[in-house]
Amino acid sequence: MKLGGWGRYPLIEAKLKSPASIKELIELISRGNAIGRGNGRSYGDSSISEQNTICMKNFNRILEFNNKNGLTVVESGVLLSEIITTFLNRGWFPKVTPGSKYVTIGGMVACDVHGKNHHKDGSFGNYIEWLDIITSDGEIVRCSRKINSEVFNWTIGGMGLTGIILRVAFYLHPVTTSWIKQKTIPAKNIDHAIEIFEENLDSTYSVAWIDCLSKGNKLGRSLVMLGEHANISDLNYDMKSDPLIIKSKTKILIPFNFPSFILNSLTVKIFNSIYYALGKKKKNYKLVDYDTYFYPLDYLLDWNKIYGSKGLAQFQCVLPLKNAKLGIREMLDALSFSKSNSFLTVLKRFGKQESCLSFPMEGYTLALDFPITKKNIDLMKKLDEITLKYKGRFYLAKDSRMNRDTFKKSDIRFEEYKKFRSSKMKKSFSSVQSKRLEL
Amino acid sequence: MSKDTVLIIGARSDIAISAAHCFAKEGYDIQLAARNKSSLNADKSDIELRYQVGVSLYNFDALDIDSHEHFVSSLPKLPIVAICAVGYMGVQTKNERDLLAAVNVMRSNFEGPASILAVLANHFEQRGSGTLVGISSVAGERGRAKNYVYGSAKAGFSAFLSGLRNRLAKKGVHVITVLPGFVETKMTKEISLPSKLTAKPDEVAIAILNAVKKKHNIIYVKKIWLLIMKLIRSIPEQFFKKMKL
Repeated sequence: MKLGGWGRYPLIEAKLKSPASIKELIELISRGNAIGRGNGRSYGDSSISEQNTICMKNFNRILEFNNKNGLTVVESGVLLSEIITTFLNRGWFPKVTPGSKYVTIGGMVACDVHGKNHHKDGSFGNYIEWLDIITSDGEIVRCSRKINSEVFNWTIGGMGLTGIILRVAFYLHPVTTSWIKQKTIPAKNIDHAIEIFEENLDSTYSVAWIDCLSKGNKLGRSLVMLGEHANISDLNYDMKSDPLIIKSKTKILIPFNFPSFILNSLTVKIFNSIYYALGKKKKNYKLVDYDTYFYPLDYLLDWNKIYGSKGLAQFQCVLPLKNAKLGIREMLDALSFSKSNSFLTVLKRFGKQESCLSFPMEGYTLALDFPITKKNIDLMKKLDEITLKYKGRFYLAKDSRMNRDTFKKSDIRFEEYKKFRSSKMKKSFSSVQSKRLEL
Repeated sequence: MSKDTVLIIGARSDIAISAAHCFAKEGYDIQLAARNKSSLNADKSDIELRYQVGVSLYNFDALDIDSHEHFVSSLPKLPIVAICAVGYMGVQTKNERDLLAAVNVMRSNFEGPASILAVLANHFEQRGSGTLVGISSVAGERGRAKNYVYGSAKAGFSAFLSGLRNRLAKKGVHVITVLPGFVETKMTKEISLPSKLTAKPDEVAIAILNAVKKKHNIIYVKKIWLLIMKLIRSIPEQFFKKMKL
């Protein structure tokens, strides 16, 4: 069958099996060239193996929960959304969450995902206590920072290439409400946006939405959104009656592929109206429910269809702090010069990252979405070059089209990773992406 | 007040586990019965953690008829709803040549399920309340060359359920026959099924919950099966016998 990632590009003819037991899973692994697949939410080809894609949807049980310290043990196919619906009304929330809740916990480990609080709390890997991994010889290996630490460290952010992640023990974080106090600050241009980030490093959550159509001294005009978990005292009378409420909202299903021009006129209109409305206001705190704050796009189920039938690609890189201003400006210039539009352009400050393979580094990450066209692919190549020039690196969970040389120049850590795997693994795991980039 | 309890027999099947989730979500405590109960430990913790209900596990062998009365009478609490999801398809070509295999399929789909529901029926009748749910099959509506061993056992089971319903209708006990049609489960994962006719285990579970609430008698999970089976039943035997269905 044809398999794709969230971007639906590339689509690859691949064998997909959904084992129902550990025995079946081990048998599949023994065939070699296996890769684990969760909910298919990485954008490109990282969870696809032509010969042996193993879907983990049947391993979806929550095994343990400690209500004293939040330690949660799950099988890797459990969705983050299930964790939230199960534990939020008991006062627990993931410490790190990506921009969609429809990812599996196994996928969160393999990509070592980050959230809007990376500058403060680091990536998801920081909150993992231990992992159970099925390695190439069919053994279930428990690993943590203390036992089998080598496998543990390489698995976090290792794109599923050390083995099939079977169980994950990770910490949830106590919260008193399901609301976020959000403050939105309009930024005149990219320098201003970075200034706002740097002034607000103590804010738990921060992210900026860039209007990629503005140019000149308005280049990088954006809305910087800061957030904190609200306390009970922040809530109004009605909200206080059920402070941990989980509202089930109607999701909108995108019924067909959109023609791509609709997007930008729409986003720009929305952006402008918020931007100018905020400019007039002084105090901009408001309470937003967790779902709207963290997962705005999850409202639109299948929002990837908005990009048309050819699919979409996301470009996401991080630039080191000292190069960020120059580099990001150069990228936005390239974007504006190419006359390509990105529907969602997101900028975020990262903190330090102490781990073997994780994407973040202290600096700024820029993420752009493009419908797949020749022009946009060329633009992304240009953006690759700028990333290299400013000593940045790329997020593999988003990648679907980078070339091997670019990747190798950007990230030498993967050479060590390869050595580790070839010394320790009999039958290697592989994905279309790992072959493309020689991970 | 202690919560009502739902017993699910043959609990390792995908439909059974989905039904357990569905009823637990409604606040029922769950009793799961299957051979080798320890294989259900992960499901037990999963359901308990998600829905904050009690889940208990029991060893149960559908083919060990002699044990059924003791199994029911030793349950710590007589359930308000009992769902029998026991079933085994076997391989038709093997069933045609190997009589022991065929008998095993017949016993697994008819004798075992009928026996345990008979025992439960008597207990429910004595109490004067409760709902019994039997998961039968559209394969029991007319014998076909492709699966008549399995189908004949399900036909027997469907007739048993219908009789039981008739007997208990005035005794406060309700009996539901579930005819799922194709379902995407472990049992069928190697067969390619037409997606429009195939239900997910969750859909079957929701249909069961709904039928229990609304006291339906016979349910087809995908309504189209009602039509398909009407058609299949209406074909005269002289033509039917030559058809490949």
